[in-house]
Amino acid sequence: MRLEPVANPGLARSLGYPAVALGLTVVVASLLALAAKADPFATLGLILKGAAGSKFALLETLNRATPLIFTGLAVAVAFRAKLWNIGAEAQFYAGALVAVLLGTGALGFLPGFLLIPAMAGAAMLAGALMLLGPVMLKVRLGVDEVVTTLLLNFIMLLFISMLLEGPLKDPMGMGWPKSEPLDRAARLGRIVDGLRLHWGFGLALISAAVVWIIQARTTLGYEIRAVGQNPQAARFAGIPVNLVLVKTALLSGGLAALAGWSEVAGLKGNLTLDISPGFGYTGIIVAMLALLHPGGVVISAIFVAGIFVGADSMSRAAGVPTYIADILLATALLFMVLAILLTRFRVVRG
Amino acid sequence: MTDKTTAQDIVLRLNRITKRFGSLTANDGISFELRRGEVIALLGENGAGKTTLMNILFGHYTADEGTVEVFGQPLPPGEPGAALAAGVGMVHQHFTLADNMSVLDNILLGTEPLWKLGMGRGAARRKVSDLARDFGLVVDPDARIGSLSVGERQRVEILKALYRDARILILDEPTAVLTPQETDALFETLQKAVAQGLSIIFISHKLHEVMAISQRVLVLRHGKLVGEVATQATDRHKLAEMMVGAEITPPAPREARPGAVLMSLKAVSTAARGNQTGLRAVDLDLRAGQITGLAGVSGNGQGALADLLSGLEVPQSGEMHLAEGETARWTPRAAVAQGVGRIPEDRHKTGTIADFSLTENAVLESYTKPPIARRGWMNWREAEDQTRAIIEKYDVRCPGPEARIRLLSGGNMQKLILGRVFEAAPRIILANQPVRGLDIGAVTYVQEQLIAARDAGAAVLLISEDLDEVLALSDVIHVMSEGRLSPEFARGTKTPAELGVWMAGQGFDDAA
Repeated sequence: MRLEPVANPGLARSLGYPAVALGLTVVVASLLALAAKADPFATLGLILKGAAGSKFALLETLNRATPLIFTGLAVAVAFRAKLWNIGAEAQFYAGALVAVLLGTGALGFLPGFLLIPAMAGAAMLAGALMLLGPVMLKVRLGVDEVVTTLLLNFIMLLFISMLLEGPLKDPMGMGWPKSEPLDRAARLGRIVDGLRLHWGFGLALISAAVVWIIQARTTLGYEIRAVGQNPQAARFAGIPVNLVLVKTALLSGGLAALAGWSEVAGLKGNLTLDISPGFGYTGIIVAMLALLHPGGVVISAIFVAGIFVGADSMSRAAGVPTYIADILLATALLFMVLAILLTRFRVVRG
Repeated sequence: MTDKTTAQDIVLRLNRITKRFGSLTANDGISFELRRGEVIALLGENGAGKTTLMNILFGHYTADEGTVEVFGQPLPPGEPGAALAAGVGMVHQHFTLADNMSVLDNILLGTEPLWKLGMGRGAARRKVSDLARDFGLVVDPDARIGSLSVGERQRVEILKALYRDARILILDEPTAVLTPQETDALFETLQKAVAQGLSIIFISHKLHEVMAISQRVLVLRHGKLVGEVATQATDRHKLAEMMVGAEITPPAPREARPGAVLMSLKAVSTAARGNQTGLRAVDLDLRAGQITGLAGVSGNGQGALADLLSGLEVPQSGEMHLAEGETARWTPRAAVAQGVGRIPEDRHKTGTIADFSLTENAVLESYTKPPIARRGWMNWREAEDQTRAIIEKYDVRCPGPEARIRLLSGGNMQKLILGRVFEAAPRIILANQPVRGLDIGAVTYVQEQLIAARDAGAAVLLISEDLDEVLALSDVIHVMSEGRLSPEFARGTKTPAELGVWMAGQGFDDAA
């Protein structure tokens, strides 16, 4: 068997295979529900209801989607340049750490309308610096950024753990490894009074729009795409490939750090070791499902968040383990990658 | 099949081979026969279907229709080993040899089972040296491939096929990498092979070689067999017409009016990179209103010189001067800013970005400045307008400026690159293999454009492996060998054979 490229995939081909992929994901989910001795239709219905069945459920889904939009954008921006940033998790924690460092009194002299932008900016800077090391190693010495960014995740997590057990430990925390809570002025407000959705979500949507504009309208976006698609031709044409990679890394790291900052300042109010259930890694799934498109990232982040939130609620109601969410996402991703391949290539025998 | 005696003489028969890729019919009902002791030339432009046909013969592709018979036995379709086992050997354009192994090991590799490699080497060595003697393929069986010249490597490829008892040899563009002298040696070998009853398919688009070596010529055009003629009964001009399907007129030579030196290199050396030869103390003057041709076997430093002019490489020693003065840092962008227009060797990998639109490709070198961009904001409307103008002026056949460039033929891709380069009004033009792989219509167009640029006062450096092209277009010629540059020869002062001596590395001051 071989793959032959399809010159001009038609609309049926471009939409048909992804639709089949979603269908197959549902089939797999049903089989899993059966294996857990539950009614598949009821299980899927409960997931749907839990994710979007009420105002509360929907807002919960959007809340969960917020960090995923940021990390998804971070990954999408980097992957466009074929800069394989697997370290969004570490950059997430860098942003979360800055939120705690600056939001617990260090910048208390600033008025609220300056404090929050200052924190966000500092968080972006920290995330950008987090990715600067790996990208410099890549362009200077050819060190594979997959390895360095991936390993930095564990280093960062252990570093945060050390801080939470030591200097940052909340004295009022009953011995739990968590930080002091943020000052009220350093916290993000709610978009609608009384409902849990915070302004981080709004900022995530704005970020997606900004990334979209950068990619479509600016010379930097053009350079990023050129470097990603053909670095040899880009270099020949005079595009400073290494500089573009560094700029991409700064943007990507900054976006991932906003996720951490928004989780601390918008949702949780303090830093714990379990603040991210792998938002950095899930960002890769989000970006891939979105075909690296910033608009698609918003949609796929909400989709992925919906599956997590829905599965949580379904699990409480139907007794099917929440692991079904992880399996569902993994299946959806695998089928989707296959579907994308099949829209661009056809399988030929012989 | 009706006549018993001819049926035995026929060693290979292709019967109505048809192969489609989507809407493209790469081979359309092609039938021909190859007889014992015969050389047939398979002639056709790039994309005419030569390679597809050979891939079907070798089982890499399965034909949609039609059959292949070798020595009267049908070949099972889609089995890559079948043709080899039936006695068909192929010498590819790009060699398939392991650089770090000896000649003998390369010949045995994939031929003998691995466990036998150690044993029976004596017998194998005898067989190889017998073959080498019989066919005039002089090569040391213990030499490492990495230390051999291109011509010698090709001999190893041919030996490999003969060692496997090939009775039918297929050579794909075998002379593209050879000096004229090496080509003559190859032709002698082929004649010896034919005398011993082998049959040969010679794939080429160089007409004089086809005339010299073949008994019959098959011409492919757009996947169809459009002509089958005895070589004696035709001439180069008729073959070219058959190949293109139209009458062609090569650009008429016009007198050059050389002007000032726009770029000069004084004893420039560059570092060797990977398997790319560096420059060794190269002196070169590029004059306005003159085409400077660079001949030489590929891989002898042309790449380094092209990189140097393109801004991808800087001199390790020596001096490089531009008429406009120096730039602080020599980069591709600096080269463009200094008025160097660059037509790269590989238009697919270096010249364009396959999945970018024509517009995005057209502004690759100009996107930083107004009117295409202001303060980092792209003006895509302006970019598209400029691209439309290039499409119009340079006759780029395409669905539109928004189409992905990979959908274009090589000729149209090259026209877009020409437009991109020429619209920047360069004073120095680097044309590296500007017509390689183009069909004859596009070749003529590109060459006309280069001459027109020369007449408008540009200094053109033409790098080509095709000696005929260099001779036809250049006002002055240099030869490159192992990173060294020969003195300048004025048009018409050296014969191809004399240049061949330089290409082989003789005549240089430091020649051993």
